Amino acid sequence: MSHDSSAIPARGKQIEQLISIFGDPVDVTMPALFVYGHSSCGKTIVLNHVLEKLKVPHVVVNCTECYTNSVLFSAILQGLSGDNDLGSWKCDNLNDLARNLRKVYESQGWNETAYIVFDKAERLRDREVNLLPALINLQELTSLNFCVILVSELPWEKFYNGVGIRQPFIVFFPDYTKSELGEILCHCRPDGVDREFYQHYISIVLAVFSLACRDLRELKHLSELNFSTYCAPVKAGKFDEGDKHKLWKHVEPHLKEALQQLYLRKVSSEEWMKLHDITESGDATVLKPVKNSDTIELPFYSKFLLIAAYIASYNPASTDKRFFVKNAGRMKKTARSMKKDERKNSHLRGPHAFPLDRMMAIFYSIVDSRVPPTANIFSQISTLVTLHLLAKIGHEDEIDCPRYKCTVSLDFISAVAKTMNFDIVRYLFDFV
Amino acid sequence: MSKMDKTLLENAKSIIKERLCKSGYSHNVRADIDIAALDLGNLLQRTVEFGESNSVLVVGAKGSGKSTLINRVLEDIHNDSKNAKNLLIVKLNGYLQTDDRIALAEITRQLKLENTIGDKVFGSFAETLAFLLEALRSGDMSKSQPIIIILEEFDLFAQHKNQTLLYNLFDIAQAGTTPLAVIGITCRLDVMELLEKRVKSRFSHRQIYICNPSTLENYVQQFTDVLLLDKAFGKTAKHKAFVKKWSSHVENLTKNSSVLEILHKQYDYCKEASPLHQILFLPVCSLSQEHQEITPADIAESSQLIFNDSKANILHGVSVLELCLIIAMSHLTNIYEGVPFNFQMVYNEFLKFSQKKSHILQNYTKPVVLKAFEHLIELELLKTKDHFMTHSGKLQKEYRPMILLVDHSQLREAVAKYPGCPTDVKQWAESSIV
Repeated sequence: MSHDSSAIPARGKQIEQLISIFGDPVDVTMPALFVYGHSSCGKTIVLNHVLEKLKVPHVVVNCTECYTNSVLFSAILQGLSGDNDLGSWKCDNLNDLARNLRKVYESQGWNETAYIVFDKAERLRDREVNLLPALINLQELTSLNFCVILVSELPWEKFYNGVGIRQPFIVFFPDYTKSELGEILCHCRPDGVDREFYQHYISIVLAVFSLACRDLRELKHLSELNFSTYCAPVKAGKFDEGDKHKLWKHVEPHLKEALQQLYLRKVSSEEWMKLHDITESGDATVLKPVKNSDTIELPFYSKFLLIAAYIASYNPASTDKRFFVKNAGRMKKTARSMKKDERKNSHLRGPHAFPLDRMMAIFYSIVDSRVPPTANIFSQISTLVTLHLLAKIGHEDEIDCPRYKCTVSLDFISAVAKTMNFDIVRYLFDFV
Repeated sequence: MSKMDKTLLENAKSIIKERLCKSGYSHNVRADIDIAALDLGNLLQRTVEFGESNSVLVVGAKGSGKSTLINRVLEDIHNDSKNAKNLLIVKLNGYLQTDDRIALAEITRQLKLENTIGDKVFGSFAETLAFLLEALRSGDMSKSQPIIIILEEFDLFAQHKNQTLLYNLFDIAQAGTTPLAVIGITCRLDVMELLEKRVKSRFSHRQIYICNPSTLENYVQQFTDVLLLDKAFGKTAKHKAFVKKWSSHVENLTKNSSVLEILHKQYDYCKEASPLHQILFLPVCSLSQEHQEITPADIAESSQLIFNDSKANILHGVSVLELCLIIAMSHLTNIYEGVPFNFQMVYNEFLKFSQKKSHILQNYTKPVVLKAFEHLIELELLKTKDHFMTHSGKLQKEYRPMILLVDHSQLREAVAKYPGCPTDVKQWAESSIV
């Protein structure tokens, strides 16, 4: 049976393989199939395409959406019977599922294979331990011609769970090569755009992004986002369509910036397009900076409290004397201090907890003016904990000596310290 | 090829496909199953003819032929026409009946007792149990209908609360009223230890062990048997000619050395029938008008798909950035001998490499590298190793301790096979010195 290769490019071999596995509808096929491959490499779309093309009875359920057994079973029964009445297919245990499947199969008068596809099947591992073996054995348990297809990103070896499961027939969907990615992205070009022009654009996009990202979804999103920027000068009449070098020069900074924000989605797509909009008179190379949503505005003393907390978290307690007591003298250069073990670097191991007293001591020493220890200051500490900039460690009962940990990154605290004209790197033991 | 021959091939294809896909029906002849079938058959015969109650357990590893045995014995009993009429068979499965209440409802349903109408079973658990027990206790050895109850996945029934169902079934089997045969099928060899004392004492301690004693010759014979068509295929001359041609193909295939090598390799891994069937499945499915016989190349291709390392397949599809992160982690694991690392350490290691070789890898910002790291966690190539004492809720995700689940040799193979891998990355994978 030939397939329409223009509908799903680059997946012809897999479509043929699936069609040959499914075979003649009246025959039995393998009771369970396991399809795996990276995300967005075409598993669900190919399965949907093949099942609809062969016009066999099938249902596709998503195991993330069907978060409990009863929702899962009801979805299967509704899908197979085509009956959208929610009440008629309530079912919360496997025995009822088996009986209802038999009812549906007989009432619809099928004598061919019916397919049940479980998308995101890795979620089934977290349910009760006997659910997965029972579903894989569905053909044997109901003695009807069913085929269960599990679709997942993870390989089958991650599904072993200590209870014997019959191994399904495994089908692997390989990832797309660079040329296949190009072919698929060209396939989705917007209408009215010249094919060669778009092909050149796609090759530029792939050249910039393919080292970091081979995910088709992300590449499609990026190519759509940046296409208007790419063809803006052509529309404005500044360049010609064939001027490949100039077009590349023009779009390169935009693509490089998109690379810095890959996957992050810090701003919505519309905002991104607005920021990169080239107005008619504006200079194309001026990029409006993306608003950095990382900085938070804090009151004056809160910033110092945060800095003090950071220093307390990342410096060992024994070095406080050196940094904060005036005229403490220089540290003796012993052989031990020379051999700074990279492993003990707190910036690699992570922040450690400190008692409140230590942080207040550091705070008083870095703040220039005299600060009375009022409730105002201490309530700001609670605010920092609520903002998840500090974390409280230990039991609720220890009220006389609470311990905290600072959970901000070095970049963040450097930005905060810069606003206060405070050189924090001078006070950190790891950078001495 | 004429239309008639095409249909012959399709017929052959569907017959062989059915043998490969259906479980519980074995086409091969196995001497140990024959002996066990004789034993079990005798037992059931005594129940049906003389009204003797019995209980027996069939124990064997998964895939060793227990369901095949039971199906064969039941078929024999059915074919014995004088018994077929008044025999009742109840089939229960531990996967489906996860609770005693559900199991009881199912028994009542299959026996079509008075408290079922159509499909629904009325009454609470206690009422139904009392009703069933009374019905079974009031029977008589010589006059009542014999009942055979088959409990598949018997070990799961032993995990129900109080083992009520098992206790009652074995109790009735001992009581000598209705002729009852209870057959339990399980894959756990230690199933007797799962039974409670009172249940164990009512059980007859009769066990039948099934194990697969095939040698390599038997295995190759199984391979041939599953592919050969027999006389039942057809009576006409055309059918017979086709069968003859087909048999000679299969003989040639069996004698081919590469096929024998593949079979030997699979036999070393696992003697059971289902992996063998999976190797044959794709070649049989690909039989068509253009491709009328199974070639050794087909079998080689199919077995390669099965012997493929799935982790290597996944590693083939990660991006270069993610591959560099995995290499950095592999070096950390080597240097620090298996101590868990965190993202910050991996990022440091990665920076050391990318700053020296910035012509291939632009300097990616930390959040982008963190996203790549999280993608690897999602693919389960990394795993957290939270010690229970660390306040895992308070740890930032950059500092959570992780271990790498990819072996160094797997990584080296993956880098060698990676499409378009930059040479600097390949060299870095070999030695940790940049």
